[in-house]
Amino acid sequence: MSTEGINTSRRRFLIAATSAVGGAGVVFTAIPFVASMQPSAKAQAAGAPVEVDISKLEPGQMLTVEWRGQPVWVVRRTPDNLADLKKVPVDHLRDANSEIVSQQPPYAKNETRAIKPEYLVMVGICTHLGCSPTYSKLGDQDLGADWKGGFFCPCHGSRFDMAGRVYTGVPAPTNMVIPPHKYLSDTRVLVGVDPEGAKV
Amino acid sequence: MINKMLVDLRDWVDVRFPMTETWNYHLAKYYAPKNFNAWYYFGSLALLVFVLQIFTGIFLTMNYKPDAGVAFSSVEYIMRDVEWGWLIRYMHSTGASFFFITVYLHMFRGLMYGSYKKPRELLWVIGMFIYLALMAESFMGYLLPWGQMSYWGAQVILSLFTAIPWIGDALTLWVRGDYVIADATLNRFFAFHVILVPFILAALVFVHLVALHHVGSNNPDGIEIKKNKDPATHIPLDGIPFHPYYTVKDIVGIGVFLIIFCAVIFFLPEFGGWFLEADNFIPADSMKTPEHIVPLWYFTPFYAMLRAVPDKLGGVIVMFAAIIVLFILPWLDRSKVKSIRYKGTLSKVALVIFSISFICLGYLGTQAPTPVLTAFSQLFTVLYFLFFGLMPWYTSIEETKPEPTRVNFSH
Repeated sequence: MSTEGINTSRRRFLIAATSAVGGAGVVFTAIPFVASMQPSAKAQAAGAPVEVDISKLEPGQMLTVEWRGQPVWVVRRTPDNLADLKKVPVDHLRDANSEIVSQQPPYAKNETRAIKPEYLVMVGICTHLGCSPTYSKLGDQDLGADWKGGFFCPCHGSRFDMAGRVYTGVPAPTNMVIPPHKYLSDTRVLVGVDPEGAKV
Repeated sequence: MINKMLVDLRDWVDVRFPMTETWNYHLAKYYAPKNFNAWYYFGSLALLVFVLQIFTGIFLTMNYKPDAGVAFSSVEYIMRDVEWGWLIRYMHSTGASFFFITVYLHMFRGLMYGSYKKPRELLWVIGMFIYLALMAESFMGYLLPWGQMSYWGAQVILSLFTAIPWIGDALTLWVRGDYVIADATLNRFFAFHVILVPFILAALVFVHLVALHHVGSNNPDGIEIKKNKDPATHIPLDGIPFHPYYTVKDIVGIGVFLIIFCAVIFFLPEFGGWFLEADNFIPADSMKTPEHIVPLWYFTPFYAMLRAVPDKLGGVIVMFAAIIVLFILPWLDRSKVKSIRYKGTLSKVALVIFSISFICLGYLGTQAPTPVLTAFSQLFTVLYFLFFGLMPWYTSIEETKPEPTRVNFSH
């Protein structure tokens, strides 16, 4: 076959142009398929707020409710618990002052990580690999000299204090998440909604 | 008369499709070294298990329902109400573990006899992709019974992706299809488990065999039989046709394998919690993590490495590096010889330490993380990586024995 009279530069241009247009077509065709794997409208709508009645919660007790398919804990902390929060050495905590903004709303960025110090409202999922830690009071388990009670993840051994603050030297990178929540009355909490007028 | 018709039919097909040519190329005139030992059973056994998994899997899909509401009970329905359902299900669940047993022994054979070395680097890399696809396949299959271990195992493994900087959370959400492991996750894992990954596996197995038959099989002596061919026939002097010699040999292996396989299916299908975990007989509960969650045994060496590092991203990196390093193995081994038979003491010691480390990590991955056990995990993780990291050094400085020109073979 003769190669004379072949315009190679035009041929190269046509190959490049066809590839570019074809490639763009493939990318646009991929969009619906990739997007179909995102959470559906139904899954997005399922994140409705959950109301919790805390009137029967005794000091030291914890109750669990389901919000967005995740466990949300309400823990009624005793005065001892609150005093112990200050006894955990600050350099044994990764984020003692809750500086990482994604882990709690601004109104829970305080010493107790709560709106009312007595009640801790927290998503019961470990920030390491998503297991649900166990509530372990002071004295339940020997978890080191700096342990003042809190939450222990059995999967990979992460430790959190009674405000969900993560200890150093464990695999979890951040404090546990405080969800948006507000008090409807002294005994009713709505999980999933910020308080009116709160800075978020 | 009938014979003549069959020959005519064969010739008719051969003009239109390379039937006889393919038969000869891959079986009747594929010359394999005559000194294969028992380690050479595991490739064909892995293929057998693959076929069994596809076959039993098809029958399981006839009764299984990929719906978070009924998935668990549909598996129990298969176990109790479907005729012979328990057998089909146990064949499939036991098959998953036996798939890994055969594949791990097959890989160890490659490590021992240097089957990854030139010209078989690509063959090894394709095999590693099969291993990766197999891990994805078994991981997604384990979610389907929707038990506690299914649910929380998937939660932990998918959360590994959240460790990826910047895109981790969005990527995890996309893979999961919901804010938690949910019905959407189960449904797509079902699609991947029964269609996508088996299809990829079949394609990879095909490519693996094409590559193998192009370069030819290695053997326990690690020498190339193609270097010594009969001058007249051009057939390797140490080669014998795969069919009938190795097809018959493999049937013996399959017989022994099936005796063991059936014994487990009939008498120990859960294998004391190693093949099916007790917690997985409890329906998935998104509110409560089991006290002690462990992946199935074939993942535990890597799981132990993940836990050995007290840092989320670091642990994930170490775990994936442990698998990636296997891909580059062919370029780490600088030895002049392939087989462990002719390598020096350092290589032998390294392989023994590596094997012990891998098995110990596998055990440690099943245990609750105490400080002492974590320290052991860290030690064995280091040893695992040293096997690869120091390989360019110890394989190049050690004294090797001279390779024979012909394979060792006695009747």
